[in-house]
Amino acid sequence: MTNHLSTPAVQFNKVNRYFGEVKAVDEVDLEIRDGEFFAMLGPSGSGKTTCLRMIAGFDRPTGGSIYLYGQDVSNLPPYERSVNTVFQDYALFPHMTVGDNIAYGLMVKKVPKEERVRRVDEMLDLVQLKGFASRKPSQLSGGQRQRVALARALINHPKVLLLDEPLGALDLKLRQQMQVELKAIQQRVGITFIFVTHDQEEAITMSDRIAVFNHGKIEQIGSPSEIYEKPATTFVAGFVGTSNLIGGELAKRLTGSDQTFSIRPEKIHVNTTEKTTTMDTITLDGVVRDVVYLGLYTRYLIEADGVDIVVVEQNLKTTSMDVVSAKGQKVRLSWHKDHISRIGA
Amino acid sequence: MHSKKAPLPLTIAAFGTLLFLHVPMLIIFLYTFTPDETTYTFPLPGFTTKWFAVAWGRADLWRSLTLSLQVATIATISALILGTLAAAAVYRSNFFGRESISFLLVLPIALPGIVSGIALRTAMGGFDIPFSFWTIVIGHATFCVVVVYNNVLARFRRTSTSMIEASMDLGANSFQTFRYVVLPNIATALLAGGMLAFALSFDEVIVTTFTAGQQTTLPIWIFSQLTRPRDRPVTNVVATFVIIITFIPIFLAQRLSASSSDTEGENK
Repeated sequence: MTNHLSTPAVQFNKVNRYFGEVKAVDEVDLEIRDGEFFAMLGPSGSGKTTCLRMIAGFDRPTGGSIYLYGQDVSNLPPYERSVNTVFQDYALFPHMTVGDNIAYGLMVKKVPKEERVRRVDEMLDLVQLKGFASRKPSQLSGGQRQRVALARALINHPKVLLLDEPLGALDLKLRQQMQVELKAIQQRVGITFIFVTHDQEEAITMSDRIAVFNHGKIEQIGSPSEIYEKPATTFVAGFVGTSNLIGGELAKRLTGSDQTFSIRPEKIHVNTTEKTTTMDTITLDGVVRDVVYLGLYTRYLIEADGVDIVVVEQNLKTTSMDVVSAKGQKVRLSWHKDHISRIGA
Repeated sequence: MHSKKAPLPLTIAAFGTLLFLHVPMLIIFLYTFTPDETTYTFPLPGFTTKWFAVAWGRADLWRSLTLSLQVATIATISALILGTLAAAAVYRSNFFGRESISFLLVLPIALPGIVSGIALRTAMGGFDIPFSFWTIVIGHATFCVVVVYNNVLARFRRTSTSMIEASMDLGANSFQTFRYVVLPNIATALLAGGMLAFALSFDEVIVTTFTAGQQTTLPIWIFSQLTRPRDRPVTNVVATFVIIITFIPIFLAQRLSASSSDTEGENK
């Protein structure tokens, strides 16, 4: 606690969690910084939720240790950790009013009534639900329940707030609105937020850093731009956005090394006429196999040297007539050599 | 659904069934007022309320009534505790043989009372357990546990597990979580199950005849009165009383389960 700035908020030291033979979490090392908005991203069954539950204390590691601001919490029950959770289904208590739900954490700690009322009001203010204290959860919309769950989890001033698929149950518009709002609330309260999601867009929009999970291991940790622009593994390249993976002979011809690399569809240009290339440009000839016009942009499927390459171009100057007529044409693809990301292993 | 009227034959059949079920009880009620103490003659030869006074003065009746109320109360309390614990175990943990245990718990209510009765009597005899107040309670608890178990388990299945985790997460220990979150959520199920159990125990005859020693519970007392035609109207008074005592908890239990299932759907 003395060295608050350099002590990580959460630290995983070779953490394992086995369910019988299944390694849900497999030798995970992880450091989450103080005050960070951290995303655990991955498909279902990748171990991200298990990691979150181990931080909360609902699950104990089979091996390894978990530290919370330097304190080993691996075997502490949930009620002895300064961590609170916003559940996927919100888990509001149906028999209590909104005010009682939010005050629950203070009530079980026997905080005096006047202080409870004052702090509930503060929280209702924070999540913009003033005047809702006496309602029952069943009288609220999904978005409002989400806010109550958030207020209830924040009232104890936890050191770390965990959010399990927090926006999963909301419709698209509300989700986008809550993304912005969650980020704003996090900056206002200055608490470390860790959230679990399978939605890569959500992770990229909201977080300072992302850990991409797959098969119980972390494939890559980095800022959203690092994850997107420099995916370290085949899995990350495919799970976060779409990617073209080029390896073997073609890779060797293009880059001088047969190590597989990934190139994002929007980084590739389709030229039908231009022949000029610079030292930094990689070019490749191919044939347009398919064209999908999507309004804002067009997606091309191009075959080059027996490899299918997806290219996305914004429709800045072209119309739907132009792009559809490209089908079957010979084209030259080009991209800047810095835009490729070499994939390890 | 309500706009269409049911066809006439169906209506008649429905009312016929209800009459068939409830007219005999009305007859009992009617003959509590007859001045004729041995036979059922219709119309009543007169009208009297003296049997209420006679019943009131019978010490053996009071003993039986007290015993029945005591047995029902204790059987219900044990059923509430055991049934809730069993439901919690079956709901929360996934152990080997869980389904079989669930089945075995529910079996006593489906089993004919005479089979349970013989089984209990043989077992108690085999272990040289003297028949007493407690053997009656044990006999009744076998089927009382079932109704509590079923009610509470159904409620648990409609309660999300994350609610318990949320409570612990917010700093409540196991006891506080039970007190503030689990108990309020299963309260109506407990009340409904408890009242049903009480009513079941209060009018049980078959299992009781096998597990009682010298004790006479109220239903057994009524049964024994059949061989003594002289006091028939007294028996009717008692029967009416039993009907009322059983009616109230069953009625309330039904209302409780109905109203709680209405509100619970909204929270999902």
